[in-house]
Amino acid sequence: MRYQTVIGLEVHLQLSTKTKAFCSCAIDFGRPPNSGVCPVCLGLPGTLPVYNKEALNSAIKVALAFSCQIQEHTKFDRKNYFYPDLPKNYQISQFDLPLSRNGHLEIISEGELKRIGITRIHLEEDAGKLIHGSNSSLVDFNRTGVPLLEIVSEPDIFSPQEAFDYLTTLKNIIEYLDVSDCDMEKGSLRCDANISLRPEGSKELGVKTELKNMNSFKGVKDALTFEVIRQTELLESGQAISQETRLWDAGKGVTVAMRSKEGAKDYRYFPDPDLTVFVIEQEAVKRIKSGLPELPKEKMRRFIKEYGLSEYDAKILVNSRRDAEFAEECLRMYPGKDKKPVVNWLIGPLLSEANNRKLSLCGLKVDKQELINLVGFVEKQEISNLSAKLVLTQMIDTRKPAEEIIKENNMLQISDSTKLEAIILEVIRDNEKSVNSFKEGKTNALMFLVGQVMKRSAGKANPKVVGDLLKRRLTGA
Amino acid sequence: MAIDKETVKYVAHLARIELRPEELDKLCRQLHDILGFIDQLSSLDVKEVKPASHILPICNVLREDEPRKSLSPDKALKNAPSREGDFFSVPKIIE
Ligand SMILES: [Zn+2]
Repeated sequence: MRYQTVIGLEVHLQLSTKTKAFCSCAIDFGRPPNSGVCPVCLGLPGTLPVYNKEALNSAIKVALAFSCQIQEHTKFDRKNYFYPDLPKNYQISQFDLPLSRNGHLEIISEGELKRIGITRIHLEEDAGKLIHGSNSSLVDFNRTGVPLLEIVSEPDIFSPQEAFDYLTTLKNIIEYLDVSDCDMEKGSLRCDANISLRPEGSKELGVKTELKNMNSFKGVKDALTFEVIRQTELLESGQAISQETRLWDAGKGVTVAMRSKEGAKDYRYFPDPDLTVFVIEQEAVKRIKSGLPELPKEKMRRFIKEYGLSEYDAKILVNSRRDAEFAEECLRMYPGKDKKPVVNWLIGPLLSEANNRKLSLCGLKVDKQELINLVGFVEKQEISNLSAKLVLTQMIDTRKPAEEIIKENNMLQISDSTKLEAIILEVIRDNEKSVNSFKEGKTNALMFLVGQVMKRSAGKANPKVVGDLLKRRLTGA
Repeated sequence: MAIDKETVKYVAHLARIELRPEELDKLCRQLHDILGFIDQLSSLDVKEVKPASHILPICNVLREDEPRKSLSPDKALKNAPSREGDFFSVPKIIE
């Protein structure tokens, strides 16, 4: 039987506000243990939590960017459970009146545009951090109360690759909104996945497992891929899937059922009496909406329209907001109407330098004007493409202007035909065989001769000019 | 609404409270009385009353995102039953 994979993702996102969700403790993950806590986030009796205005604004921005409906009435509830990283024995979260519902995210997965539903985006708070020792566990409450958003997708994701693309797109948008670090390794973005299989064509969902403990997007994809195989094997051998939480072991590349068998979760949600309700005015939502930055999808469309970029090129450039802004400034500064030369440099040599150095495009800190100058030298055929790439590397290493590097290294191409003629005559004299085969109609021989001229000019001859000159001399045209 | 011993046991477990048998009996009776008392509310006609999730008629209480001083680790840990360095120390958690 063929099975269809059905995946839903829950993303927890730390909002990068200055202070925590319900108290004024500064958020700073570098500080020593338990130095960023106060009576409110420690859950001491008699304290009163008050929500952070900036966190609410950021949350509304995210909800709008995912096309969610902002609910007019929203409130906080207590989610009750016992765990040592939770000082109050409840987490402040949202239950039946979340901030927003019914959104969607458009992703491009394996060349196809797909819309993934967003069930809800709600507000909650983070727990503390546990460090497990040999005889005891240690608790640091610095992270307790950091504002979180939970973004819950519909079970609209049908393959591990789609899950990966969903996460990449989501991260891209959040990065544009500038409301979170989105760093999975640092834990500012966390993702749990629900996955089940069903016979192809069936409408009913199969028994799902919940996967946790993935700490990269690739980890999510790998854990899901493993789980598809595991569940398929079970189903094919007639066994049942048990509904359980499984932890991803990245080292071994397997998911393992959690040892502690928790019964059906019973969180006894109830409205938090310490926090009053929120009535979100349409006007406020409109104001926040009009202040949203241009999002990747719109930026991509505009790049295609304004600068004549291909969809492929535009997609690469909008991958990060800062890189897109860097790229756009370069495109604007370039005097020519046809922007293709700059684009080719941005997504060609510049991007590969960035990848080699594990930096972003703008992280290379290349001066925009200098980059434009360099492209200009290439376009005017004053230096060869190959030399230009060397110049770029040196520009990054030494921060020297392009022109200085070109002069220092004597890289200007020889396009001057009198200088080139001398070398060409030499080459014709020394390569009689190739000259003859060219004359007999073997055009490949010309490439060989051009190569010889390039070699004798130490790579500085302009290959196009050399080709023309050679042809003229050999054919007498 | 009737409440049985199983329910009381279950709620006690959720609250991580250990009950002796005589306590279980006593709480079962008391909770039964309390719920019966609260049940009187269902005799009221609330068709015209709007649902409320809070008793105070205020909303949108927010604070500015401005840091203030936190406690010192020593103060934060002052009432901790057990500490190790500047960490709260708890029985070892598995998973
Ligand atoms: Zn605090």
